[in-house]
Amino acid sequence: MIITQILGTAIAIPGDDIDTDRIVPARFLKEITFEKMGDYLFYDERFNADQSPKDFPLNSVGHLDATILVVGANFGCGSSREHAPQAIKRYGFKAIIGVSFSDIFSGNCQAIGIPCIPASASDVAQITAAISDPPARLSIHLDSQRIQVGSQIWTSALSPARHHAFVTGGWNLKHLLKANAKAIQSVAQRLPYVQNFHDSISPDSTE
Amino acid sequence: MAERTLYNHVWNQHTVDLLPNGDTQLFIGLHLVHEVTSPQAFSQLKEQGETVAYPDRTVATVDHIVPTDSIARPFGDAQAEAMLSALHANTHAFGIRFFGLDSGQYGIVHIVGPELGFTQPGMTIVCGDSHTSTHGAFGSLAFGIGTTQIEHVLATQTVALPALKVRQIQVTGSLVPGVSAKDVILKIIQTLGVHGGIGYAYEYAGSVIESMDMDGRMTICNMSIEGGARVGYINPDETTFNYIQGRPFAPTAAHWGKAIEYWTSIRTKPDAVFDDHLVIDGDQLEPMVTWGIHPGQSVGISERLPLPNGDADMLRAYTHMGLQPGAPIAGTPIEVAFIGSCTNARLPDLRAAAAVLKNQRVHDSVRCLVVPGSATIKDQAEAEGLDVVFKAAGADWRSPGCSMCLAMNPDQLVGDERCASSSNRNFIGRQGSATGRTFLMSPAMVATAAIHGCIADCRL
Repeated sequence: MIITQILGTAIAIPGDDIDTDRIVPARFLKEITFEKMGDYLFYDERFNADQSPKDFPLNSVGHLDATILVVGANFGCGSSREHAPQAIKRYGFKAIIGVSFSDIFSGNCQAIGIPCIPASASDVAQITAAISDPPARLSIHLDSQRIQVGSQIWTSALSPARHHAFVTGGWNLKHLLKANAKAIQSVAQRLPYVQNFHDSISPDSTE
Repeated sequence: MAERTLYNHVWNQHTVDLLPNGDTQLFIGLHLVHEVTSPQAFSQLKEQGETVAYPDRTVATVDHIVPTDSIARPFGDAQAEAMLSALHANTHAFGIRFFGLDSGQYGIVHIVGPELGFTQPGMTIVCGDSHTSTHGAFGSLAFGIGTTQIEHVLATQTVALPALKVRQIQVTGSLVPGVSAKDVILKIIQTLGVHGGIGYAYEYAGSVIESMDMDGRMTICNMSIEGGARVGYINPDETTFNYIQGRPFAPTAAHWGKAIEYWTSIRTKPDAVFDDHLVIDGDQLEPMVTWGIHPGQSVGISERLPLPNGDADMLRAYTHMGLQPGAPIAGTPIEVAFIGSCTNARLPDLRAAAAVLKNQRVHDSVRCLVVPGSATIKDQAEAEGLDVVFKAAGADWRSPGCSMCLAMNPDQLVGDERCASSSNRNFIGRQGSATGRTFLMSPAMVATAAIHGCIADCRL
């Protein structure tokens, strides 16, 4: 799938170091499919123990149809659970703009076609202001590496190679990895431990 | 970029290709699997009619959802039962070695891998679990990955990863008695912050690391991810080799010489170049305790809690934890004490806790749970009589599993209970209650808190 631009309402979730336990609490990880993960997104942030809604951005009326998340630093830190990006995707989000992302989280997002787009802290603050009051539509142009709200434009800090991967559909890596079967085999053959430390110059090699 | 480090050597050795998106396709030497993050990956393979490319290089066990009071099947929790059944069926269908409950060798995946000798220097290791960094203690490059990447590894034995920078962290001097690996890594995370490691591999070095046993090294590498570093590693040495020798899946005597040769060749060279460097004075360290909602929010046991600096995240931490800025951390009451997890549930951790609890009683207001990291460790601990010490003190001696570290089994905090925990994360809701409160510390410190009913210095 080719992803060149993403348009929609954006919603800001304030704060740094938002961990994947907050994004999807561990008790919801006991399902063997990702199907219902969208229902569990930020569950304990959105709801009290009695299921009544809390004051949380995802519950705010002006942002119910949001498709882009705007976040702080180190978003998605903690557990490697892909349940977190899956919940974000299945809830309806198509991209995340943030000051920084945990390495595992951004890798997981990329693997399922959700761009995690880094921007400077001051840009994220400006973007947050621009989309918040009143809610405004935001566009992400992956082909030109731009983020836009009205006439305001910011530059995405995602690497050109990553932009290219989304624009060409090359984010979906499995077929690329599989196509290298021969090269994989030759790497396996040169690794001493894969060969159980047999070696042509080793006396063991005659075993 | 870093040069001539172990990271560079092992990364290059395993490189299959440079991909158009900028990632490197890496061959994976060891793939570890548990029940929580793998079922969707196996389902994908089945749907697409694919096979596992190198089934010998994947090893599975069950840890997250296992009850620690009784492992009788079926489990009381139908979802947990379904997860274990799925893992059993998937590993059987794809020809993958599985250490199940009846193997006598199951346990937390990051403890089982090393203790059975699967984890070795110079490997690339992945697992659908962020604490895979643990295996870096052996001089491997070990990465936590997500479920889509698990599918990639199963199908190709490779994964696409971005190259990392390398920061060397030297811990100099020596630790005073009562200060442990846990305190070292909590200090490192406090110093560099919870996102200081984004984009980095951490190489741990210096006299404190060199004189540390493998169990302590695993504790340090385990929590690399809490500092934002997906990978943490330590150069392999005699301590590493001695640990591995003779384990069930270690290289045999006939191949041992070649193994040592490879493991020695990967070490960081004396003229290596790092992207960044940090020195921590090990002589100055004291037991550390987290007070907030991420592992970087910690103080030494003799210190007072920080004063608000206008940071909204700090205010949120104080609101959640119900603590007073400026108050001493010592004396903070606790209701639960948890000794366990992939961070601190190995034999030396249990010995350290037992040494504190011997001839003592767990405080009346505290429930204390001791959960060994694996069935093997449970057996060893019982052979030494540690279980007797724990039970005599009034602690609950359990069967292995991840348990109250993330509370996917029945071991959970209730309401706003405060827990002294030897685990790795103090995130809001982490231990099973949205209002629960976690204080991370070493096993000896947890045991001390259990006796006093409040946080206290294990050296006094």
